[in-house]
Amino acid sequence: MTTESRDRFVADFARVAPALPGAAAPWLTRLRRRALDCFAQTGLPTQRDEDWKYTSVAAIAKRPFAVLPAGSAGSLVTAREIEALRFGSNAHHLLVFVDGRYAPALSAVGELPGGVTLGSLAEALDLTPASLEPFLADDRHHTVFAALNTAFMADGLYLHLPPGTSIAEPVHALFISTANDAVAHPRNVIVAEEGTQACIVEHYAGLNDAGYLTNAVTQIFAAGNAAIAHYKLQQETPRALHIAGIHAAQGRASRLESHSVALGAVLARNDITTAFDAEGCEATLNGLYLVGGRQHVDHHTRIDHAQPNGTSREYYKGILDGASRGVFNGKVIVHPGAQRTDAHLANHNLLLSKAAEIDTKPQLEIDADDVKCTHGATVGQLDDAQMFYLRSRGIDEAMARSLLTFAFAHDVIERIRIAPLRMRLEQVLFAKLPQGERIRELA
Amino acid sequence: MLEIRNLQVRVDDKPILRGIDLTVKAGEMHAIMGPNGSGKSTLAQVLAGREAFTVTGGDVRYRGRDLLAMPPEERAREGVFLAFQYPVEIPGVSNVYLLKAALNSIRKHRGLPEVDAMEFLALIREKMKLMEMTDELLFRSVNEGFSGGEKKRNEILQMALLEPALAILDETDSGLDIDALQVVAKGINSLRGAERAMILVTHYQRLLDYVVPDHVHVLSQGRIVKSGGKELALELEARGYGWLEAEAGAAPVETAVR
Repeated sequence: MTTESRDRFVADFARVAPALPGAAAPWLTRLRRRALDCFAQTGLPTQRDEDWKYTSVAAIAKRPFAVLPAGSAGSLVTAREIEALRFGSNAHHLLVFVDGRYAPALSAVGELPGGVTLGSLAEALDLTPASLEPFLADDRHHTVFAALNTAFMADGLYLHLPPGTSIAEPVHALFISTANDAVAHPRNVIVAEEGTQACIVEHYAGLNDAGYLTNAVTQIFAAGNAAIAHYKLQQETPRALHIAGIHAAQGRASRLESHSVALGAVLARNDITTAFDAEGCEATLNGLYLVGGRQHVDHHTRIDHAQPNGTSREYYKGILDGASRGVFNGKVIVHPGAQRTDAHLANHNLLLSKAAEIDTKPQLEIDADDVKCTHGATVGQLDDAQMFYLRSRGIDEAMARSLLTFAFAHDVIERIRIAPLRMRLEQVLFAKLPQGERIRELA
Repeated sequence: MLEIRNLQVRVDDKPILRGIDLTVKAGEMHAIMGPNGSGKSTLAQVLAGREAFTVTGGDVRYRGRDLLAMPPEERAREGVFLAFQYPVEIPGVSNVYLLKAALNSIRKHRGLPEVDAMEFLALIREKMKLMEMTDELLFRSVNEGFSGGEKKRNEILQMALLEPALAILDETDSGLDIDALQVVAKGINSLRGAERAMILVTHYQRLLDYVVPDHVHVLSQGRIVKSGGKELALELEARGYGWLEAEAGAAPVETAVR
């Protein structure tokens, strides 16, 4: 099984490689080749791998996913479909990617401060590949899927903020998949130099009820005093498979905020990591997963406190209905010498049905003595006393369940600081809950 | 309005109510007193529909209907209200949200139009004035971080808003200082009327100084062992519950059930 799927990816690479962006840069060709070899050595992970113990990717191995030829899609998506996926006012920069390729006609990038680059990675790879080499070659958190992404990456968001610049409006990178059995390997690179600020929303959605594979990687380089907020909203189709890595490296006193909201796909896996490479870094990792049916959602996070005086706050919540499964593995590593580290990690889960399951594992590895680290995980059902209280006030059972479910999710949603995005998520949540419309009227 | 006949209730196979008979007519105020563990709170919660209790015998008619056959929300919509001894905290659900949802579900059931946000705020603010509550409590999560007194006032506020036909107040006086007790009593008295019946469940006579009952019943070991007028409460205050238990030949008191 693994051999066959491995060979398929390798054969697909031979087919598409000549047309991949940046083919003129020898370092990139070598990088892709190395990444492919790295993938070919192991193939897709199996549940014997510790990091994949609870998540099977057999569904990826079984289907003949192939990269779409460049320029074969894009016209299929209408402006109206884009409009439905935007949120709130249109005061943000919009970059649309259809089946993995930038679609300028559907995008709307506003005015940017001088020196700032915001656009398509493919374009940057063709025009100024050398500027990207140090970032793309940084593979310290490579998973097998990240290696596959490096081999195949064709496009994605590229944001470069020169020192002291900032973008006031959020950047909305919208990845839309439209085709069955297609695979896209979006690669997003965010380079935030000294003292910069930006807020990026990475949003995945699908059309036509297609069954496809997304294998995305996002790299965030936050230099000293940079403040980067990253929101990931995953609303893939119910038949889609979604694998994503978000890897940050933080410089002195930089701040990273990461939010991961996972709603769609039949199989979703997120690896979110950040490394404190200098003193005084801050990271906030928030997440919400809300799944039902036979969905499987997995978050693996890792925060490396490699230097002193770092602060991290991680808060993930999950709601699982039907026969869905959730996996949460949150690792906080305090390296030797990372004194005065302050870390808190929490994961709370609400199981709405007997068949739903969650495996949660918060992990602290501490190799410094002057630290303040706490962690906690809970798994529970709706509270009987709360249910009875609501029903004793005339509220029917279905609505009481919805109210309490909404209340459970709400404190994560409240942490989202982009108001239109927060309101959009509330709407999405209402739409998923029985009688959600009525709860919304009450708000 | 309410007719309880030989009601028997168990919790985890342990008998808590062992044959309660009680008739409550519209306009009446009944006080149910008794020592801890006598089954007072169980009776209150069974009437409101708490599913943790198993009814093993007897029946309860409410306005001619089988009360025990109705789910809790239907009882509420039909006019039954329980003021909780321990009001439940619900983080993430704002008080105003709950109050409005409750009011509109009951109004809808009664064939009345639902109130909109403006009408609702005007109505609830009027009731809050009566309960001497500040606006701020409206926008906080239900009972979360409320003081003991605020929680109890919030229960009576809900009662004032929902205007039930049968109100059951479970130890509403417990944990209140004298000022809060008077506010709560004022709220209860303002709701007395010819069409409304109330059952006050209380351990102490204290509340009955402010809310005067028509009938007083003493519950002991799951049975009503004595009934009388308001003077019975005073006698209990003076003599305690021991003499009644001795009179009833009762075994040692069982553990309290929330």
